[in-house]
Amino acid sequence: MSAALPVLILLTSLVPAGVTFFLAQDSHSLRNGLNLGGAILKLGLIGWMLFSVAGGASYEAILPLAPGLVMLLRVDALALLFISLSATLWFLTTIYAIAYFGTKAELSRFFGFFSLCVAATTGLALSGSLISFFIFFELLTLSTWPLVAHKQDKPSLSAARLYLVYALPGSAALLWAIIWLESATGPVLFTDPPDLSVLEPGALRAIFALFIIGVGVKAAIVPLHGWLPAAMAAPAPVSALLHAVAVVKAGAFGVVRIIYDVFGAANVVALGVGVPLAVLASATIIWGSLRALQQDEIKKRLAFSTVSQVSYIVLGAALASPLAMIGGLVHLIHQGLMKITLFFCAGIYDERAGVRTIAGLNGLGPRMPWTSACFSLGALGMIGLPPLAGFVSKFYLGLGGLDAGAPWVLGVLVASTLLNAAYFLPLLYRLWFLPAAEDATGDERAPALVGPAVVTALATLGVGLLAASPISPLGWATLIVTREYGP
Amino acid sequence: MTSLVVLLTLPLVAALAVLALPERRREPLGLLTVAIGLVAALTLAASVWRSGPVLLTLGGWTPPLGIALRADGLAVALILMSALVMSAVALAARFEMRATRVGPRAAFGFWVLMALLWGALNAVYVSRDLFNLYVGIELLSLAAVALVALSGTAKALAAALRYMIFALVGSVLYLAGVVLTYAAHGVLDIGLLAARMPAESDALALGLMTAGLLAKTALFPFHVWLPTAHAAAPAPASALLSALVPKASFLILIRLWFEAMPDLASSAAVMMLAVLGSIAVIWGGVLALVQSRLKLIVAYSTVAQLGYLFLIFPLAGGGGSVQPWSAGAWTGAMFLALSHGLAKAAMFLAAGICIAAVGSDRLGDLRGLVRHLPMTVAALALAAITLAGLPPSGGFTAKYLLMTSALAAGQWPLALVLVGGGLLAAAYLYRPMAALFAREARIAPRPVPRIWQAVPLTLAASAILLGLFSATPFDLLQIGRPEPAEEGL
Repeated sequence: MSAALPVLILLTSLVPAGVTFFLAQDSHSLRNGLNLGGAILKLGLIGWMLFSVAGGASYEAILPLAPGLVMLLRVDALALLFISLSATLWFLTTIYAIAYFGTKAELSRFFGFFSLCVAATTGLALSGSLISFFIFFELLTLSTWPLVAHKQDKPSLSAARLYLVYALPGSAALLWAIIWLESATGPVLFTDPPDLSVLEPGALRAIFALFIIGVGVKAAIVPLHGWLPAAMAAPAPVSALLHAVAVVKAGAFGVVRIIYDVFGAANVVALGVGVPLAVLASATIIWGSLRALQQDEIKKRLAFSTVSQVSYIVLGAALASPLAMIGGLVHLIHQGLMKITLFFCAGIYDERAGVRTIAGLNGLGPRMPWTSACFSLGALGMIGLPPLAGFVSKFYLGLGGLDAGAPWVLGVLVASTLLNAAYFLPLLYRLWFLPAAEDATGDERAPALVGPAVVTALATLGVGLLAASPISPLGWATLIVTREYGP
Repeated sequence: MTSLVVLLTLPLVAALAVLALPERRREPLGLLTVAIGLVAALTLAASVWRSGPVLLTLGGWTPPLGIALRADGLAVALILMSALVMSAVALAARFEMRATRVGPRAAFGFWVLMALLWGALNAVYVSRDLFNLYVGIELLSLAAVALVALSGTAKALAAALRYMIFALVGSVLYLAGVVLTYAAHGVLDIGLLAARMPAESDALALGLMTAGLLAKTALFPFHVWLPTAHAAAPAPASALLSALVPKASFLILIRLWFEAMPDLASSAAVMMLAVLGSIAVIWGGVLALVQSRLKLIVAYSTVAQLGYLFLIFPLAGGGGSVQPWSAGAWTGAMFLALSHGLAKAAMFLAAGICIAAVGSDRLGDLRGLVRHLPMTVAALALAAITLAGLPPSGGFTAKYLLMTSALAAGQWPLALVLVGGGLLAAAYLYRPMAALFAREARIAPRPVPRIWQAVPLTLAASAILLGLFSATPFDLLQIGRPEPAEEGL
């Protein structure tokens, strides 16, 4: 069972993906049943595993491909943190996507790649060796392309092309880093940190930089972020998935793995590469927020906000202090919950009211109360209002900054909070306090669209209120840091 | 042993039988032949897997009196890949090479030439005698040139003529080298040559043979005949020409350099081969990037992909003493040859389907085909993943093994070629993919049977599976592997 379980979890997404491709366009109930069934089964398996891993169990499955090329799937606490998020949000996004697309064309292709994308994220989370991480990282790149290009019009295709223009050289850098490192140390397993002393510090710094470039493209670290705002040309469920779990999170998760499981926090500090990365992450936080301020389209503003928010995770990892790492890890979950709420709502505004720009939000609050309430919760959470999710993340990041001897992090957090408020509060003001335009329309008669948004918005509140409980994301992040990366 | 004999004789018998039989029997006979051949290839592979290389001495005479045939892991892997490609091509030819579509001459000639080509390939894969290899590669070249000329258009004839000039010059050079070797040593068996007393003329002989084989393998700068020839042939013929034919002359190069005369490999010579290969990767990729027709893009991609194979010469064994697991460059190049064969055949067959649907392979005319031919587009996409060396695919396993050796041996410029070539491949294969994925269609496509569409998809999927389950083919390639493959030249 212990070997079968990680494979089984991967298959809950992979099998629906493979079958869905061959379904006819109009076999809606079979397709929906398959995808939702896979998602529910996955949630069940993960729930069961959460208990056993908390008790200290770990699961692994090995498939040797060639000498040195080992596919290793392993469930540890960090992997579980990420797949719990991705499984939950996959389930909700599938419900949302089914309602969003209705009976539009090419749904088998869409849901096939959608599930494949989730399978890649799952594999990436479960990867126990660098090379299996890379394989799923690339699978993710490739399976996301048809999703971004889904509308098949000019903006979608050029966004999809831009995505690959960034992603493929990034992967090349990552592959170079992996093989450079492994050609000196042998295959790297995350459980067994490589002996770095065989390489010169200069070479190690170069390898670290290549690693960060490789995963930094996906994590949208400035200046590698250009593809992300363009990719909002994709349909709303894709944006939701891209910004909350799949691509940018894969990048951020990669940063965490590289710092803690490949190099080790102590080596990152000794090599002096942690602080430059923290500075880069801070610059991304500020730059993303500044650019968000200038956007008039809702989805674009949210996209730049993602650029900014994902770097919180990178910042937490780069500071290499336990408290900062807790803050970064917990933000992996919190940002996912908040951002998917916001994108769900943006999609509802577009679908039900035809609103895409900020000006169109005027007076929509009373007309679409559920959606607007969710949007407000998500936005306030992003700003970091206690007791919402974002506050917990920022609190721990701030403590971690002080702990790591980098008090300037507090300045970054304060500036970012002010900027977050500056680009989110006007939206809330328009929603609730400005009068609606004469010809405004919009309703919420789409429970399958609004429902998932309500669930994630409540989760945003819940994870903040219940942060002290051991089963909250914060509790789990603390468990990871104290048990696996503790001093 | 029987399966080896079947693989060598069956295609030749089939070629003769096609000549004799009436038209309606031709197709069933062709399909029966590939079916038996595939079974024989599987049986032979199983036997090599179980009990090591299969040896066959003709008439019971051992070399130097007789001629030896030997199926080692490498030979049997190539035989199996060729049998797969042949089966796919035969299935596609059922639809594509009908007399009503291509005329009675081409429809008749295709089955004969395909069988001859297959027999010649199998002979080259297992021959251990330099003159026997010459006969095999000569038959192969003639069948290949005739396949290029099959359509009979002026363009095709010009391309075939150009190909023939290169092939003949190559043959003459190779034969001259064989004569020199025979004059110096009196033997032509690869095993006996490995144990020969070195002679002064050896370097010249190896140089001549290598130059001749490079012309046939279309290594830069001898590649100029390849793109026009491969693009001019009908798609199933292009699949054979691009996926299989260059592998035969490459295999002879491997036999010469790694088995017969590894002592002659100077570091300058192996570097020279790798540099030409690197230029081919970049130049082939750049030219593929500017083509406006799918078949030409795929053909230039062959120039680039063949270039990778030549990195084997300096990289085999690279860093092997430092990291035992990194001595995989030799196997990596062979993985590339195998996965390229499957993926390239899939691409040409898919291009044939596109041409059948819209009557053209100009990128502009292919727009929007994803709606009508989803399986064909999927086949092209999977094949593109392998050719660009993206995981999980046979192409990735190959690139990983080559790159590990390159970096372990400190040859980072060659690693740069591997990475850069991959990005270039992604770029030039992206253009047809983007056109196929566009929304608006320019030409209303004719329907294409789904079974036909399934053929390239299966081939492309097998190239992916080669990467997902690479442990078994990896071990198969190690059976009977020459020693210099491990220790380096």
